[in-house]
Amino acid sequence: MRDTLSNMTRNKAGLLGLILIVALTLTTFVGPFFVAPEVSSHTDRINKPPSADNPLGTDFMGRQNWIMFVHGGREVLTVAFLAGIFTTIIAVVVGAVSAFFGGSVDSFMMTVTDIWLTLPRFLLLVVIATVVQLKEVTTLAFFLAIIGWPGLARQVRAQFLSLKRRDYIEAARLLDLGAPHIIFREMLPGMMSYIVIAMINAMAGAIYSQTGLVFLGLVPFGNNWGVMFSLAYAKNAIYNPNAMFSLLVPMGGIILFQLGLVLFSRMLEEIFNPRLRQGV
Amino acid sequence: MLQKIASNYVVKTIVRRLFTVLIVVTLTFFIIRALPGNPIDVFVYRLMDGGMSEEEARQRATVLFRIDLNAPLGVQYVEYMGNLLKGDLGDSYVVAQGEPVMKLVMANMPWTLFSVGTALILSFIIGMFLGMLAAYRRNTWIDHLITNLGAAIDSIPNTLTAIILILLVGVIWKLVPVAQMRGAFSPGMKPGFTLEFIWDVLKHWAWPGSIYVLTAVGGWMLAMRSSTLSALGDDYVTVARARGLPDMRILTAYVGRNASLPLVTSLAISLGFVVGGSVLIEGIFQYRGVGILLGKAIGSRDYPVMQGILLVTTITVIISTALADVLYGWLDPRVRVSGNQED
Repeated sequence: MRDTLSNMTRNKAGLLGLILIVALTLTTFVGPFFVAPEVSSHTDRINKPPSADNPLGTDFMGRQNWIMFVHGGREVLTVAFLAGIFTTIIAVVVGAVSAFFGGSVDSFMMTVTDIWLTLPRFLLLVVIATVVQLKEVTTLAFFLAIIGWPGLARQVRAQFLSLKRRDYIEAARLLDLGAPHIIFREMLPGMMSYIVIAMINAMAGAIYSQTGLVFLGLVPFGNNWGVMFSLAYAKNAIYNPNAMFSLLVPMGGIILFQLGLVLFSRMLEEIFNPRLRQGV
Repeated sequence: MLQKIASNYVVKTIVRRLFTVLIVVTLTFFIIRALPGNPIDVFVYRLMDGGMSEEEARQRATVLFRIDLNAPLGVQYVEYMGNLLKGDLGDSYVVAQGEPVMKLVMANMPWTLFSVGTALILSFIIGMFLGMLAAYRRNTWIDHLITNLGAAIDSIPNTLTAIILILLVGVIWKLVPVAQMRGAFSPGMKPGFTLEFIWDVLKHWAWPGSIYVLTAVGGWMLAMRSSTLSALGDDYVTVARARGLPDMRILTAYVGRNASLPLVTSLAISLGFVVGGSVLIEGIFQYRGVGILLGKAIGSRDYPVMQGILLVTTITVIISTALADVLYGWLDPRVRVSGNQED
């Protein structure tokens, strides 16, 4: 345990990632209780650059960017979190069943996985999103998971395959403990760290696709970072130095959270996979 | 004999590809026709609201989508497949009224394939080089720089990368004019094999192309690094070193060849990913291609166009994966013999 802690403090980038994740989660989930939302427009301060009154500037409706920022992260992060869980569940079930049973089950499931992996899945999601209304947070997360699982399933399968040859799994099989027991009670705990890392990566992937959908105007949510930046972009904030911050603030939220996830997952990988730490 | 054909590497690959196409065709049929609240029904209702009789509205939809709405669903599916085999994807009804979708897609596809393809190959080469560099200089500052930077740019959504670049290079530092470089070539430029035209095309490629390169290169760097590291730890490399082979030969023939194998397969897969991203990037730079066409089709819910783009893109991706498989078989003779590899 102490070893783990010292490793964590040694990896400064990973620590920064953890801090970013915690800070942004707190801001977006706890912040709204302390900051009143911007409900009306203020015509007297449209597209203002940062100043003492408006620390992060104002947007095209005169709303303060920092208040919009505090209130706009919850949906993005909730979708990412749910999509991460859903993706991991699908991937673990497919990967585990495939690796455990082997033979024709394995080759069938891996064929399906490979086919799904090859398709232009984002385009498919875009077309689906024009028919199925992705208004609910859970629905969107579910579809993002359907898009994101195949790569992860292959990795999980590879992990399971290497675990399968261990002695204690052999013993469990000889004792005839049954597939569900062996998969969930014996094998899964052994790769929990790996699954947590996979889930964090799946979250990052979900934010990536979500941003694209929002940019195309296919996810009709209220105030969130994605909507903020695509609205600002549509209002040409990119060529207007005074309005630039209404674009940069939500983008900063997404980018910082992505960075946090990536750096943190890399740190976990280094901690749980000591081979990465040593030199060749 | 039959057994032998069924287990043949090439036959297996082709069957798998055809199956993939079938899945996408079926999926798009269900999205367009069989889902509750599907676009054809919506289209028919809208025409009926506009005062058209149901019979007439269905006629109109039949012509546009090439699906006979009065036939049972199963027959509609077969008919739809038959039309696809003939290359008939229906007509656009908003984006370019009355134009065959096939013609529209084929006019735009080459631009997307050109911009995405060149960028993908460029990012692959850069990524392989930097990934190997990081693996060879393991745990030095250059390794940390490459891996952290690679992980970071790999995770930032491509739209955001594009906007940041426009802001920095185009607006704040004013190094490159963004507005003049929109489109696939300058207006008034005559397409042809003239030096002037080629230079113009390359200049307009620069923006979307560099975004594709930037967003893809991080993944290649990380993949190549870990794949090189595992190759470096293999026995044959130690043996090659013990035999006193020159470093350069070990690097290219032993480490490089084996380390790049898993990446070749991903190269084709990532084509689908990058073409998917082109919807966003082409829109930002007004670059002519299927991405911007799809963007317009989404805005106006022009389903025949959306469906056509999805299908043609899928087929393109599948052809390129097939090419990658052939390339893989040539690079790694082991798969031709056994066919099934367990990773």
